[in-house]
Order: sequence, then C-alpha cells, then structure tokens
Amino acid sequence: MSDTKKKETFGGTVGFVFIICLVCAALVSIAAVGLKPLQTANKLLDKQTKILEASGLLAIALKAENIKALGGESKSIVDTYENYVDAKMISLATGKVIEGNVKTFDERADARDVNKSSKPENDIAGINRQADNAVVYLIKDEQGKVSTIVLPIVGSGLWDLMYGFIGLESDLNTVKSVIYSDLKETPGLGAEVLNPKWKALWPGKEMFDEQGNIAIQIVKGGAKAGNIHGVDALSGATLTSNGVERTLHFWLGEEGYGPFITNYRAGGLN
Amino acid sequence: MSTDTKKVLFGPVVDNNPIALQVLGVCSALAVTSSLANALVMTLAVMLVTGFSNLFISLIRHQIPSSVRIIVQMVIIASLVILVDQVLKAFSYQLSKELSVFIGLIITNCIVMGRAEAFAMKEKPGVSFLDGIGNGLGYGAVLMVVAFFRELFGFGTLFGFEVFTLVQNDGWYQGNGLLVLPFSSFFIIGLIIWAIRQFRPEQVEKD
Repeated sequence: MSDTKKKETFGGTVGFVFIICLVCAALVSIAAVGLKPLQTANKLLDKQTKILEASGLLAIALKAENIKALGGESKSIVDTYENYVDAKMISLATGKVIEGNVKTFDERADARDVNKSSKPENDIAGINRQADNAVVYLIKDEQGKVSTIVLPIVGSGLWDLMYGFIGLESDLNTVKSVIYSDLKETPGLGAEVLNPKWKALWPGKEMFDEQGNIAIQIVKGGAKAGNIHGVDALSGATLTSNGVERTLHFWLGEEGYGPFITNYRAGGLN
Repeated sequence: MSTDTKKVLFGPVVDNNPIALQVLGVCSALAVTSSLANALVMTLAVMLVTGFSNLFISLIRHQIPSSVRIIVQMVIIASLVILVDQVLKAFSYQLSKELSVFIGLIITNCIVMGRAEAFAMKEKPGVSFLDGIGNGLGYGAVLMVVAFFRELFGFGTLFGFEVFTLVQNDGWYQGNGLLVLPFSSFFIIGLIIWAIRQFRPEQVEKD
C-alpha cells in the first residue's frame, strides 16, 4: 500500500504528530478557557461557604425560605456573604489594614512568592513560608456592628498542610468555631477534625488566659469539664491534634494575627 | 443487541474483567474506593475516557505511524482526561476536590492504554467505543464492590447515608480502621478475584 509507505516516512510522522498535537491542544485550551469562569465561581463559593460556616451564618443562608426567596442554595450563600461579610486586607507584621484587592488575593500563591512572603522565625505550625498579608473577615450583624471575626489559618497536620478558618467573637478571645476546609489527614482518624461532634466542642472556649497569654490547648484523653481553654484531642490522631494546637498558637501569636488582635482591641481598625 | 455486541460490552464485567483478570488499573482502585460516591464518579470518568479514546484512536488507526503510535495514543488520552477534569471542576467542585489528583492519573491507568493498543488499533470505531465503555464498566463494577465494603464497614455509611451509627457519634459501631485505608482494597480485590475464579475456573492461570 502506498498509504502505509507514506505514513512511515520521517516527514509524514512528524506532520501527523504535529496535527494531532494541534487538534488536542486546541480542544484542551477551549475547554480550559471556556470553563474558567465556572471554576472560579465554584472556588469562590466554596470559600464563602466555609467563611459563613465559621461565622455561624451558614445556617441562615441555608434556611429553606432564604434559598427559595433567592432562587438557589449557591445564590443564597453569595447573597448572605455579601450582606454580612466585610473582608479586609491586613499586613500581618503591623496588624494594620492596607490597600489591596481582597477578591483576587490568594494566600497560597503569595506564600510561594519570595517577594510576598517570609520564613517565620519560630515556625511551630510547620508552614515553611508565610504570606506577608492576610485577609480577615469581619462579620457584621443587622445593626452593622462587628459580631464575629473570621481568620484564615494554615498549619501542618500529619500528612500535609491543613487550611481552615477560625471564627472569634468580637473580643477576639471567645471561640465561635474552628473549621477546616482543605486537608489530607487520614480518614476516620485525623480527618475527624471535620466531624460535627468535634467542631461542636469549640464554641465558647477561650483562646487567651486572663494575662493575655495564648492558653488554648488540645487535651489528650479529654479536657476536664469546665476547662475553658481545653478541647478534647482526637483519639488515634495525636499528630493531627498537635498540629491543630500548634497552628492556633502560631496564628494567635506575634508572627500571626498578634499585632492585628492588639490593634483591633485598641480601637478597631482605624 | 447481537451476541457479539453484548460480548464486547458486558464481557469485561466478569469474563474478562480488566482488574480481576488482566490485573490493570489497580492503583486507582485502591485510592478512590473509600466511598461509593467517589467510586461512581471515577467509574464514569474512566468509562468516558476509555470509550472515547478507543473511538478516536480507532478512527485514525490507519493513519497512525507505528513508530510513534504509543505517543499518539497518550496525547489523545491525556487530552480527554484533562477535558474530564476541567468539566468536573466546573460542574462538581466538591467531588473534584475529593478525587483531586486521581482524575489526572487516569492518564496512567493501564486499562485505557491497554484497550487502545490491544483493541482500538485493530478494530472498527463503533465496536472499539463499545469495548472502551465495556472495560470502563468492568473497572467500575470492581470499584463499586470494593467501595461498598470499605464505606459500609469503614465509615458505617452508604453513599454518605448512615447505616451503622459510629461510636464517635454515640452509636454502637466501631468503624474498621483497616478498611478506611487504601491498602485494604488489596484484600477485597484479592477476594473478588478468588470469588470470580471459583465460578470461572478457566481464568485460573496454569502453573
């Protein structure tokens, strides 16, 4: 067959591969570009859902009548988020609000960028590099007063970094929630940080003691009743539990949100 | 449906199962079977990829120069996998987050490549497509059985619905820690292979 001969020549082979690559590349590019808006929206929605969950507003967003009134679960979440959440970019070193686009801010990308991140001096959370800036979320109540503050956190668990949020009341001490959004811990053991029963242990605990030192701790074998700073450790997941405790200590400390907390308590964000 | 079509489509489910007989694609079968929902999505993804990669490769099988045929197959398979991954990210973000790298790893799933090389390079497009879908079904059947046991006895749920109440949630059932971990699938797949070969002794390899 002349056909067979032609396709086995050097030029024929290169030409064929070139065409195949061109067609495939075009298809993949069209899909990637065409689906990008949907993917970005999904990512944002996922983040907003977690922030609402950390602030305790998710229940409101998911109320049947709100979903019905706004035409869909995702719309209700976006709407609730826009009504109650005020995102502010801060510089971690000074704890002051700075200019910046909170919508496009990507803490993980910043943490990888040597110009926008630094190595923490006392890296107890095991994050290696820390973004210089952070976005904090002020949750306002109906009167426009800040009722809850949601702070993003990250720290090493057993296998990998665990990303999440902590929700604090406006005294920046009383815990509302500790929510993890992205982790690779062992299912059934470390991943039990996602168990609603464990999350329910957090509300009402206090991060700092009366002298203002970080006092929150994860207690192996279970915290004693009335221990306002202690949360039960997860059984069978010592390293994940330690990771959570170190993450909190790091982010509440001077290299984390410490300066911001001091500023905020001294008179808000002005 | 003629018996031939049936054989191509459903043969791989028991008689010529890609996991149980050909022992291909075991890696992902270990990784994504901790829950039925994950296994189902993975099954659909693999089915689509094997089906369409077989179809496209069969369509151009006379044009593919034999010296670069594996690379050409890879390019087509990889493009399809990226497409699936992108679509999943756009329409089912939660699942794509859970399956994470394993969708991308369909590229290295030997079933896809195996069927392209062994079947689609020789047969007509229509029957190749069915062969791809059939092998996806066979892969999925094993995945679903494994995921059923792992999710039920590991987490006490089926498709996320509580069947046994776990001790952690004040129930009576202590989740089986072994089944929660990926390597437990080895045991289950081993048992499945044993069971199939009890009923199909002709699949047993000669010494």
